[in-house]
Amino acid sequence: MGHIELKQVTKSFGSTEVIPPLDLTIEDGEFAVFVGPSGCGKSTLLRLIAGLEDVSGGKIEIDGKDATAIPPAKRGLAMVFQSYALYPHMSVRKNIAFPLRMAKLDQAEQDRRVEQAAAALNLTDYLDRRPGQLSGGQRQRVAIGRAIVREPSAFLFDEPLSNLDAALRVGMRLEISEMHKRLETTMIYVTHDQVEAMTMADKIVVLRAGYIEQVGSPLELYKKPRNLFVAGFIGSPKMNFIEGDEATKLKAHTIGIRPEHIDVSKSKGTWKGTVGVAEHLGSDTFFHIHETGLADTLTVRADGEVSFKHGDKINLTPRRDQIHRFDSDGLRIE
Amino acid sequence: MARAVTTNRKTVNTAVAWAIGLLIFFPILWTILTSFKTEAQAIADPPIFLFFDWTLENYSVVQERSNYMRFLWNSIFLAGGSTILGLIIAVPAAWSMAFVPSKRTKDILLWMLSTKMLPAVGVLYPIYLLFIQLGLLDSRVGLVIVLMLINLPIIVWMLYTYFREIPGEILEAARMDGAGLKEELLYVLTPMAVPGIASTLLLNFILAWNEAFWTLNLTAVNAAPLTAFIASYSSPEGLFFAKLSAASTMAIAPILILGWFSQKQLVRGLTFGAVK
Repeated sequence: MGHIELKQVTKSFGSTEVIPPLDLTIEDGEFAVFVGPSGCGKSTLLRLIAGLEDVSGGKIEIDGKDATAIPPAKRGLAMVFQSYALYPHMSVRKNIAFPLRMAKLDQAEQDRRVEQAAAALNLTDYLDRRPGQLSGGQRQRVAIGRAIVREPSAFLFDEPLSNLDAALRVGMRLEISEMHKRLETTMIYVTHDQVEAMTMADKIVVLRAGYIEQVGSPLELYKKPRNLFVAGFIGSPKMNFIEGDEATKLKAHTIGIRPEHIDVSKSKGTWKGTVGVAEHLGSDTFFHIHETGLADTLTVRADGEVSFKHGDKINLTPRRDQIHRFDSDGLRIE
Repeated sequence: MARAVTTNRKTVNTAVAWAIGLLIFFPILWTILTSFKTEAQAIADPPIFLFFDWTLENYSVVQERSNYMRFLWNSIFLAGGSTILGLIIAVPAAWSMAFVPSKRTKDILLWMLSTKMLPAVGVLYPIYLLFIQLGLLDSRVGLVIVLMLINLPIIVWMLYTYFREIPGEILEAARMDGAGLKEELLYVLTPMAVPGIASTLLLNFILAWNEAFWTLNLTAVNAAPLTAFIASYSSPEGLFFAKLSAASTMAIAPILILGWFSQKQLVRGLTFGAVK
């Protein structure tokens, strides 16, 4: 079980309101990702759920029970921290066993669960080492191991991969996703990286300045962003925004078109421009195009290797059915 | 070439460091040397450095004339007692300031430290009168309290800086792992803070051991520690440099040995936790 419900939850630090009244439901077994730029309140929200911060108002229910006043130790949740937060003076074995020791499980059961978790996380050979003797990836595995052994009703992850290098991050991302499929336990994951959000989540919660901008599945957010902020935040490279005549023609204040929804051609197209920078990744090519008369720069993604270079004239054709329209308040027009 | 210059510079640096070190150490060395001279050699002009008749006479005279062990025991009692009492008060204080700081925490810390800037003699009379009223004059308990109070700001500051080095997330992790306040302190914070607590203990033991103002002014016989022992060899009996030196050597020997064996901890303590 791991059904979490926030009802009109608020949080203020002194006179600064970080989280205005907020409602959110996370279903049992769901992988929910809180995403947003730094300072948007996503970590605070996670810490409120964990009980590490007290709410200033509202109610947090876990599995139907009011948990607002329950201390973190008693909420049945496990947390993985950005800094790993391992106990430096304990061996890996003792780190993983710590929550079991706190729960006063008998030694045999502790050993069994630690061995099991270590095997699942490829840590068996490192059980007698100290955290200081492990690499970043291994440390994060220990932190995850420490969370798993408790068999919590939900896992909370606070930017767990941001201290790892790019290659490791992709690997761990997969491991966490697989772990979720295997355990089918509720997971709440905080990140500022929209790629992590898109690849891992069942449900993404986009936050800005404490407000929920949109909640939905990754594809819902990608296909139907509710406003300019979500449109710009989800997707990489960023969506292109165009104002002015081109938007007015489509009865909108702003139109948005994703880089992958613009076709390029040497000979003909709706829009014309000059290639500024061409980034060749092999699998695809990103063009940053100037002098279109539409926006400072338009970003375009072309499949595979396309041979335009700096200074070349280029023709662009947006796919009509992929254009997003927004009104003067930045809200989506259906 | 570059290497040769570096080596030269290193040699010069080493020589300068040794020279400064010796300069600082010289008074102590001179005291120790003088303690092995006769009274005549001790005041000889020009001074005799090494070539004199080494004698242990001063030590036996000092031993005969006063009860060294009683002073030593008082020193241990006062330094140890005030340090332990200080820690008992300072650990919770530093803990709350480091982990549950309020708006005023920084002010309180500075205010505490500012009490160290007050000249001790400024409060001598009030404290002396208080001690008379309370019957604490020349009592070890009274002196333990005074020594504890004058070192408390330093103990709190040191522990505070050590605790601040411990990442809050680790304590939060313990909370998430089901640890109550007791378990958090016992299994997580204390083991991690042991080096800090140890060097705080050590430094304050030494500070209390060397404290002379209050120990001289508030004691007579019963509670007098080694500082009083040294002082008793200076003015009242005229200038007996050799015996005074012997008494001083005996008084500083225990703390010198303690300091020698705990250099590493002390350096860490004195840099206030800045060096990892």
